[in-house]
Amino acid sequence: MSLPSNATAFLKDAEAIAEAIPDGSSLGLPPDYSLVAMAVVRALVRRKAKDLKLIGVPQLGLCADILIGAGCVRELETSAVTLGEAGLAPRFTEAAEKKTLKIVDATCPMVHSGLQATEKGVPFMPMRGVLGSDLVKRHPDWKVVDNPYAKGDPILLAKAIVPDVALFHARWADEAGNVWVGRRQELATIAHASKACYVTYEELKPGDMLEDEILAPGCLSSVYVTAVAPAPRGAWPLGVPGVYGIDDAHVQTYARKAKTAAGFSEYLEEFVWHRTSEKNSSPVS
Amino acid sequence: MAPYQREELLACVIARLIGDARHVAVGAASPIPATGAFLLKQKHPSLRISLLQRRTGNPFTQGSRELFDLAGQGRIDVFFLGGAQIDGEANINLVEAEGRRFPGSFGSAFMYFTAGKTILFREEHSPRVLVQKVDFVSAPGWSPPGVERRGGPAALLTGKALFRWQKEERRFLLESVHPGTSAQSLRGVTGFDYDAPAHVPDTAPPTAADLILLRGPVAQPIAENYPEFARRVWGKQVEAAP
Repeated sequence: MSLPSNATAFLKDAEAIAEAIPDGSSLGLPPDYSLVAMAVVRALVRRKAKDLKLIGVPQLGLCADILIGAGCVRELETSAVTLGEAGLAPRFTEAAEKKTLKIVDATCPMVHSGLQATEKGVPFMPMRGVLGSDLVKRHPDWKVVDNPYAKGDPILLAKAIVPDVALFHARWADEAGNVWVGRRQELATIAHASKACYVTYEELKPGDMLEDEILAPGCLSSVYVTAVAPAPRGAWPLGVPGVYGIDDAHVQTYARKAKTAAGFSEYLEEFVWHRTSEKNSSPVS
Repeated sequence: MAPYQREELLACVIARLIGDARHVAVGAASPIPATGAFLLKQKHPSLRISLLQRRTGNPFTQGSRELFDLAGQGRIDVFFLGGAQIDGEANINLVEAEGRRFPGSFGSAFMYFTAGKTILFREEHSPRVLVQKVDFVSAPGWSPPGVERRGGPAALLTGKALFRWQKEERRFLLESVHPGTSAQSLRGVTGFDYDAPAHVPDTAPPTAADLILLRGPVAQPIAENYPEFARRVWGKQVEAAP
């Protein structure tokens, strides 16, 4: 598979991105507070995606719970799955307790460092801390070595992580294929480390944001971007800072319904199987 | 004494435990530690609070990666961790116990080592949470010689009591019990053994001045970031910020 490095494709909508992500892909995904491409998540459920591996950068929330509940996920590598104030992620919790899901438990900075290793084209990154945690025994890709610069100083290595796909939402894309993630620079790292990167956006800007001194530092260059697609309010029920906030009432409703398989099915019927942008109730800026 | 809520008492204890720190960071859903930090900031305006999940004006431009890099360099003085289980050697378990699955370890395995000090906080004080030995070590309470470690536990605060961590002894010392709990009754609900003085004082309740701060200038930023918590404790309704 060749890395994206030339022209960003402009796709029609979130459905087209879901079509472009093959079954069995590993997906690098942000946490609920950081620009999640929820419209694509719903489209992946609608196209009955299978055997996805979700990589939480560094943790996961609503998007993972929906994909797990809908049977789209084979494996997770993450530091946590949580709905924040709405509590435990119910479909994840049930799948974990019934052991129907392969889970590789991580800790946040090891995930970030693994992606940063890939970003730099090196095989691993050393990290402090973590030694003595049972995570080290269980994780298949972590190794403890002696610091080659000091005697008797054990140090942990995070193996380079290469997701097949980076997937997130952005406020803007432009005609040159750049996307603006603003302060969420950790999303750029997922893109740098992934073989492909798909981004939904709120609005398309004319021209090239990299020509703008103010916008450029918040941009992910099109060199990393495989394709973009419009998805107005595409993070709902999660938020896009400065545009719309997290729909807390909706997340609470989800947490309540998804406690049972039947309630989760009702949720999918109401909010996922049929395209439901008219029900989008995020608070407006 | 003015009536107060348990959450307010706990936030006041958190503020005292943070002490003279310069920079406190608050991670995943921790409304009471955040409340304690904002209360202390009312008294010490120079205190820097980095709220990882702050919804507007987030302090980081590289998300949680920046939090961990700050801690790795020694720029975070105080951090908070909880646990589905916490044991008598201050090990914490955020992953699994007795067939039940919890959210996961978050950044605990790193922050417990790198933050200057960690305040362990868990409201539920019961034998199923405070155990002899955790079923899974997300982050160890202490490290053998030769393992690089800047920080570690300073205290354990629960809904019933406050313990100090004794680094040399690797044991908790009961420091105070919250009003309404007796020191004698605490042994029965604590799964690990700990040290205690002959006389265990009550935890100091919030002062009238604390309560005015908590319900006014502290409640506002808390409601913006922990809307459910603020509604429950103060009945505070805040428009969700974009």
